[in-house]
Amino acid sequence: MRLPNFRTLKGVVLVALGLALGPAAAQDDAPVIAAASDLQFTVEEIAAQFTEDTGMSVRLSFGSTGNFARQIREGAPFQIFMAADEAFVFDLHKDGFTPDEGDLYAVGRLVIMVPKGSELTADGSLKSLEDALAAGRITRFAIANPEHAPYGRRAMEALQSRGLWNPVQPFLVLGENVSQAAQFALSGDAEGGIIAYSLALAPDVAARGSFALIPDDWHAPLRQRMVLLNDAGAVARAFYAYMQQPAARGIMERYGFIRPEGG
Amino acid sequence: MDWTALWLSLQLAGWTVVILLPVSVLLGRLLAYRQFRGKGVVEALVMLPLVLPPTVFGYYLLVAFGRNSSFGGFWQQMTGQQLVFSFEGLVLASVIFNLPFAIQPAQRGFEAIAPELREAARCCGMSPLVSLWRVDLPLAWPGVLTAMVLTFAHTLGEFGIVLMVGGSIPGETRTIAIAIYDRVQGFDDRSAGIMSAVLVGVALVTIALTFALSARVGRRLS
Repeated sequence: MRLPNFRTLKGVVLVALGLALGPAAAQDDAPVIAAASDLQFTVEEIAAQFTEDTGMSVRLSFGSTGNFARQIREGAPFQIFMAADEAFVFDLHKDGFTPDEGDLYAVGRLVIMVPKGSELTADGSLKSLEDALAAGRITRFAIANPEHAPYGRRAMEALQSRGLWNPVQPFLVLGENVSQAAQFALSGDAEGGIIAYSLALAPDVAARGSFALIPDDWHAPLRQRMVLLNDAGAVARAFYAYMQQPAARGIMERYGFIRPEGG
Repeated sequence: MDWTALWLSLQLAGWTVVILLPVSVLLGRLLAYRQFRGKGVVEALVMLPLVLPPTVFGYYLLVAFGRNSSFGGFWQQMTGQQLVFSFEGLVLASVIFNLPFAIQPAQRGFEAIAPELREAARCCGMSPLVSLWRVDLPLAWPGVLTAMVLTFAHTLGEFGIVLMVGGSIPGETRTIAIAIYDRVQGFDDRSAGIMSAVLVGVALVTIALTFALSARVGRRLS
């Protein structure tokens, strides 16, 4: 091989041009759905079932509810927004980003989840966490960021209701969303964390530790609301309707979502 | 393994290089040869993305390109599409963020040319353009090449800005770096591992391939 020369530069430019003018990554006009991270496994499964049943497909983007709300305000081209906290949907509707207030599709639950070999036991009363904090046996504890992630906000409320919020503060690691909080909680470098029940029930997650439900009257309810955005097309509408069909409902229930009354 | 995300990243890198090459040559040459008022300011601005946290940059882009901004609104009127959360927006962000990588090495390359040579070219009656092609570039190419390879590799790994102005839309703004992040959060360590390894491979192959390929082209032409 010769040493590079001036022509090398021309070669680089040709390669770059070839890539730039190559076929577009996706000639895909499937609608994009912005879904809260606690739906990671649930909605992936529902979307796969939807495609199998109807032949139509959707594209999924998962993240924290607060971030999606911000992105929708900046003009993100999502067609359905599945929030983990209905307050964000009401705010978007008030400001004219959605035609209506959408539908309540599920009520979420919190669990405390601890990895294998943790100092903590999975104990929904948070007694084990309290003891470990008192004994100084905690190094890290993960929740989602309470500032923009509904599951983080609710975890904070649950910890506050037990008087554990202040003692646990120095040990908190905050996930950008509840999926990342779960990732942190189970990394092995933390004693555990408070995450979504729906994530804990996913086989890939469940295999890494143990979990227990936290009583749902220790925090405001996780009322999860979905809504069609202003430029939702026919496929998005079909998927929205599918979410309320028995097939989707069954998957939701399998992932621990409680069906809201009248929903 | 998300091939769409990989291809998207390669396309983004390709566009960034294609757009930045003339900028790199012209601005790098200008900064190397000319002394003018405000040169320090221009050089500082070019360097800025290097020291600015990507999140700060991403935030300003979101505000500056958003549909409520004048530029974002203008773009939407001209093209009928929005700039934020689109591939075009990523290209624009990537071009700005790669300015230091594209210009600095090129500038150094042009600075290394002896002034006597450029003067000789002018004495021979070469126009600036001919001189650029026949004298400057054949001498300064290592700088320009370094600039382009750095730009390409850097774009493949860009994460913070894409996260803030992209929105992780499959096939449009979900680049390979974002796809890896998403798969880690989805507890899909296998996919994340494969994609990371592929990215390491692509980075190595990119550099090796461009060198080897053009060496062969060079042999055939000479």
